[in-house]
Amino acid sequence: MKVSFPRMGYSYIALKWLVEHLGHDYIVPPEPSKKTLDLGVKHSPEFACIPFKILTGTYLEVAEEGVEVIVTSGGMGPCRAGYYWVMHQYLLDELNTGIKMVGLEPPRCDLIDFYKKLNWLRKTGGISLNAMLNVLKVTWEKLKVLDDIEMLSHQVRPYEKKRGETTRVLWKALEMIDEANTLQEIKDANNEGIKAINNIEKDTSRRPLKIGIIGEIYVVLEPAANHYIQIMLGEMGVETDRSIYLSGYTRNATIVNLEGDIYERAKPYMNEAPIGGHGVNSIAETVIYAENGYDGVIQLAPFACIPEIVAKGILPQVSKDKDIPVLTLFIDEQTGKTGVQTRLEAFVDLLEKRRETRNKIERLAI
Amino acid sequence: MKTGYLGVDVGSVSTNIVVLDEKNQVLVEKYLRTNGKPITTVQEGLNIIGQEIGDKVKILGAGSTGSARYLIAMMLGADIVKNEITAHAVAASTFVEGVQTIIEIGGQDSKIIILRDGVVTDFAMNTVCAAGTGSFLDQQAVRVCIPIEDFGNYALRANNPVRIAGRCAVFAESDMIHKQQLGYNIEDIIAGLCEALVRNYLNNVGKGKDILSPIVFQGGVAANKGLAQAFSKHLETDIIIPPHYAVMGAVGAALLAKETISKKGKTSFKGFGIYDTEFKTTSFECQGCSNICEVVQFYENRELLARWGDRCGKWELEAV
Repeated sequence: MKVSFPRMGYSYIALKWLVEHLGHDYIVPPEPSKKTLDLGVKHSPEFACIPFKILTGTYLEVAEEGVEVIVTSGGMGPCRAGYYWVMHQYLLDELNTGIKMVGLEPPRCDLIDFYKKLNWLRKTGGISLNAMLNVLKVTWEKLKVLDDIEMLSHQVRPYEKKRGETTRVLWKALEMIDEANTLQEIKDANNEGIKAINNIEKDTSRRPLKIGIIGEIYVVLEPAANHYIQIMLGEMGVETDRSIYLSGYTRNATIVNLEGDIYERAKPYMNEAPIGGHGVNSIAETVIYAENGYDGVIQLAPFACIPEIVAKGILPQVSKDKDIPVLTLFIDEQTGKTGVQTRLEAFVDLLEKRRETRNKIERLAI
Repeated sequence: MKTGYLGVDVGSVSTNIVVLDEKNQVLVEKYLRTNGKPITTVQEGLNIIGQEIGDKVKILGAGSTGSARYLIAMMLGADIVKNEITAHAVAASTFVEGVQTIIEIGGQDSKIIILRDGVVTDFAMNTVCAAGTGSFLDQQAVRVCIPIEDFGNYALRANNPVRIAGRCAVFAESDMIHKQQLGYNIEDIIAGLCEALVRNYLNNVGKGKDILSPIVFQGGVAANKGLAQAFSKHLETDIIIPPHYAVMGAVGAALLAKETISKKGKTSFKGFGIYDTEFKTTSFECQGCSNICEVVQFYENRELLARWGDRCGKWELEAV
């Protein structure tokens, strides 16, 4: 079968390996472009959020390449994203694409459903249960190193002497990980990539601001959806850490990781009722970034995303209590890059002035 | 010969140019319509200013701001490029001592800037919707055949402002038309519109912000006395409209240029003569990889000044 999946950041490198080694042909979806958005907007409900529209566009693009099955995530709880794969199935049927959607529910919500669907992929691919376990292990390893190397790039970029070099070295490192097939090869590729990034010519006299990035998972993970915000900020000389990495939940490398802890940290601000999606995370992560000495937080939210709107309403209080500036960016098909850049520049100005006043350096302007 | 600093603010609707003297007094201010042609508008504006003061004032530094700031900076040889939020904050806090809140409404953007002890602590800008900005008011003025300059005066003469639904420009317009058909007088409708826009601004842009006085109202829309009155009524405090309210972005750019020059020394400003230079922007799609970036090229008299828009930096580097 020809199998595809949604595109979120660099995870496609691990996912295509997974599909291939489950015994199927893979189609890597193209990076979301203007064409993707045009297709998505044309065929999606008007009030669907931007992740839904981009995914619709992506699915229609891979449909042109003859994809038969698309594997995506489901999701439980108060956010409508968990139902998107069902909606997409209807849309794809209406357009006679013949594509079958497979929505994997999170194993901790519906283990049987998760296993059944995964097993179906295994059987149709014709590999043994044992082989699948090994494939899953390697895929997980790939996902982890992909995240590690990207994380590192965001720490190094603000120091780079030649603008854009970190990004170019990162791309090369990603290629090496792409070519790795065993746990050992992945480890080697990772080490070499880390070395290459660390070897970039740096200006260590700089003192970059540190900004945490929070918000809805899709717009946080897919750079084409958020105007490459981390690269943009990095090239302005800002170090960024984002709250969500696909491999994040079970790791210690990121600052924000423990799901259980998240609810605990958000509790003082939302005792009454839970918020769906990543709303709870957005609140708790702001608290955590503030306590870890970050200079500011940027919330990325798809336009009309209810969980993020609720979080946005609560964030001014968190910002006040924890003394950390928060900038909310709503992302929609109409959001222009110029507007995003203006807001980011102003936010960085604000944080710099704040740091200067704190250091009690006297200067002329505001 | 006097010395001064040039500030240029190129927005979607208006292009503002000012020259400040050493005491931060405005020597010249020009408020021009951009009409979708930022390059020629700036050239013409500089030409006019050059004729007025070119032989009397020596420009020591230049700054640009506004949505076309990078393009214009390259064109005129600016010493500093700043976003319009910072530029407006710098200008307001220089001219109004102790300002804590800035309401800025321009052609397409409306913003709120919160300052404490002269430092910006928070800001917000309208997202997605531009209801209540200058362009919308222009359009309504044309529709009811009242010159935009008089629009605010009509609001001041109202006795019983009508309630207009202001959430969205399209709904506000249809609600205005509805109220006209019911026979309300135009003064009450315009005053109602002003109140609706203020409600909309405070609910969308100003939501969750600590709005403390002194409050400064600037940007082209501050010319509308009806809006200023409505703000004053809703916030229950006085609203300060600075003398050069319409060009405060440009004033901020000039102030920042002055600050930069005090550190940097010599200006890169190319002079008022750029009127005779030909500036041109072209673009092409790079087919180097699957990203298909749109690469923009900027020429000055056929000489390539810069390229941008490619994600990998391949073209950007070649231009240097």
